[in-house]
Amino acid sequence: MKKTYKIDVDCANCANLMELEAKKTSGVKDAVVNFMTLKIKVEFVDGVDVKEVMERVRENCKRVEKDCEIFL
Amino acid sequence: MNVKQKKNLARIIIAAALLIALNFVEIHGVEKLLLYAVPYLIISYDILLKAIHGLKNLRGLDENLLMTIASLGAFALAIYEGGDCNEAVAVMLFYQVGELFESVAVGRSRKNISELMDIRPDYANIETANGLEQVDPDEVEVGTIIVVQPGEKIPIDGVIVAGTSTLNTIALTGESLPRDVSIDSEVVSGCINLNGVLKIRTTKEFGESTASKILELVEDASSRKSKSEDFIAKFARIYTPIVVSCAAMLAIVPPIIFGDWSTWIYRALIFLVISCPCALVISIPLSFFAGIGGASREGILIKGSNFLETLSKVTTVVMDKTGTLTRGVFEVVAIHSKNLNFSETELLHLAAHVERYSTHPIANSLRKAYPNERDDCTIENVEEISGRGIRATVNGQIVTVGNEKFMDEVGAKWIACRKIGTVIHIAVDGEYAGHVVISDAIKPHAKQSVDEMQIAGVEKIFMLTGDSEKIAAKVATELGIKNYRSELLPADKVTEFEKILSAQVTGKVAFVGDGINDAPVLSRADVGIAMGALGSDAAIEAADVVLMDDDPLKISRAIKISRKCLSIVKQNIFFAIGVKVLCLLLGAIGLANMWMAIFADVGVMILAVLNAIRCLVAPK
Repeated sequence: MKKTYKIDVDCANCANLMELEAKKTSGVKDAVVNFMTLKIKVEFVDGVDVKEVMERVRENCKRVEKDCEIFL
Repeated sequence: MNVKQKKNLARIIIAAALLIALNFVEIHGVEKLLLYAVPYLIISYDILLKAIHGLKNLRGLDENLLMTIASLGAFALAIYEGGDCNEAVAVMLFYQVGELFESVAVGRSRKNISELMDIRPDYANIETANGLEQVDPDEVEVGTIIVVQPGEKIPIDGVIVAGTSTLNTIALTGESLPRDVSIDSEVVSGCINLNGVLKIRTTKEFGESTASKILELVEDASSRKSKSEDFIAKFARIYTPIVVSCAAMLAIVPPIIFGDWSTWIYRALIFLVISCPCALVISIPLSFFAGIGGASREGILIKGSNFLETLSKVTTVVMDKTGTLTRGVFEVVAIHSKNLNFSETELLHLAAHVERYSTHPIANSLRKAYPNERDDCTIENVEEISGRGIRATVNGQIVTVGNEKFMDEVGAKWIACRKIGTVIHIAVDGEYAGHVVISDAIKPHAKQSVDEMQIAGVEKIFMLTGDSEKIAAKVATELGIKNYRSELLPADKVTEFEKILSAQVTGKVAFVGDGINDAPVLSRADVGIAMGALGSDAAIEAADVVLMDDDPLKISRAIKISRKCLSIVKQNIFFAIGVKVLCLLLGAIGLANMWMAIFADVGVMILAVLNAIRCLVAPK
């Protein structure tokens, strides 16, 4: 399953870091951060709790870039 | 500018003013450090906090930490040597200027592009007992009657049930000529209704309507990253650690050998300032984003940065003939009567009658050429013979309309026509009457498009068609296309295209079609371009590049836009990496100071971003 969320982040490199972190989060099959449209597209592993996974994605992203936000 | 940006701007101005003022104050030692700390903290408190946060989470070398080390190091050196504290504050000051510029520039282009793509309808009008009511277009069900007033956008695709008007389709197609519509016209969302009030029965849901689809497509486009973007993302990941390790070596190894610690540490700090990959990381995706945005204003939808990149490398273009280079609509181009009993009008009259019930494209063109077909003539015993033609009894006479084989069968002595096109013979009661020639007209800009593609650097152009050799040869000669393949069945087109693909040594192959029955070829091509796709979901689905109207000139424009965008991307990559490497080298041998390092970091980023924004403007 794929879902798109709005994000807020200040710099392009930070967006790349968010993408890396999101990809590493368990339950996430693939993730693409689009800095220009400020969106993250997440593909989930089948059968996971999307909400719970996204909470963890957000937590991981915040660890690398304090100022970022994912609007769940 | 948003609140955050304004606040940062204020910080920059205050810190800069304080810094300048401090240069007129005669102070030394600890007092000097304390005074310089004021503007320093104003400008850099958030970066210091982020650096600490990063350290706590074992983030490693992020740019906040690097800038913190560089500026604090410069402070330490200035105090230790009794030198200049300006550089230390300036590092942070200009770093913030760069960040602010980046965020403003990116925000501007985001806004610019969303304005270009201003096709998102905000509401739909529904007629109720209390007059018109505005509702969320998402809530409108298929089959609802919506009302669109002059000046409003059509929110949902549908069919007009009442009213006539002209529509402005420029936001969708880039075509500025308004389109006339009336009852039964199909209209697509995103068009602006110019004068009359229209009542439209919706045929799709909002989410499935053209405007929503296009917006989704354009927004998704920059998520499909190009090779250049991947390269830069990877480069950024290794660039910073490499430069930082160089800085560490520079700070330790030479002073052990030559002594003079403070000089080498200063040089190492220069490295840290240059180690931030921002200019590259922002300017490359921005270029693609702007390029895709600029193209969509022209009615050219590029479905991904990767396709924009591939399109720029196209050296071979393969085109379908019908619907791409020619209109795909047959028209009667000549009527030749070969029997004194029948005038040319009479011939057309009879042919149109016989074809009354046929849905064949040829029948349509004959009926169109003789609009008053439904008169009081009696038409009976209509018989369609596949691969031959149609026979019917018109006012008691047996009229046979069809090809040469059909004429031979009824014993009519047909006469060949010299005109190129599809020849339709007519016989009355077994006696030859004459023939009608119908043909597909070449589109007005087809020749110009072929020429411009060649100027843009396309080396080979192929034309594929299912039509006869004679027709293909004529069209190819007229357009100046040397390579063509004719009499191809749909399956042959794929095989033929694969032959071209495998013969290709360098460069990419694009296929241009109308997207209706060439989906297999579209998907085999390096870049599949579908034309005239407005309102055709299948074409939008199958293609990588979608041309909203059917003007062939858009093909050459799309190629030009992609080439311009990619040349800007290359300029930025070489310029940014070049300047950084140069400043690193100069820094290592002591020819660059902190100010040059700041230029290599912030200046290069600003220039690269400004260059990237040029992609928004499509080349003429």
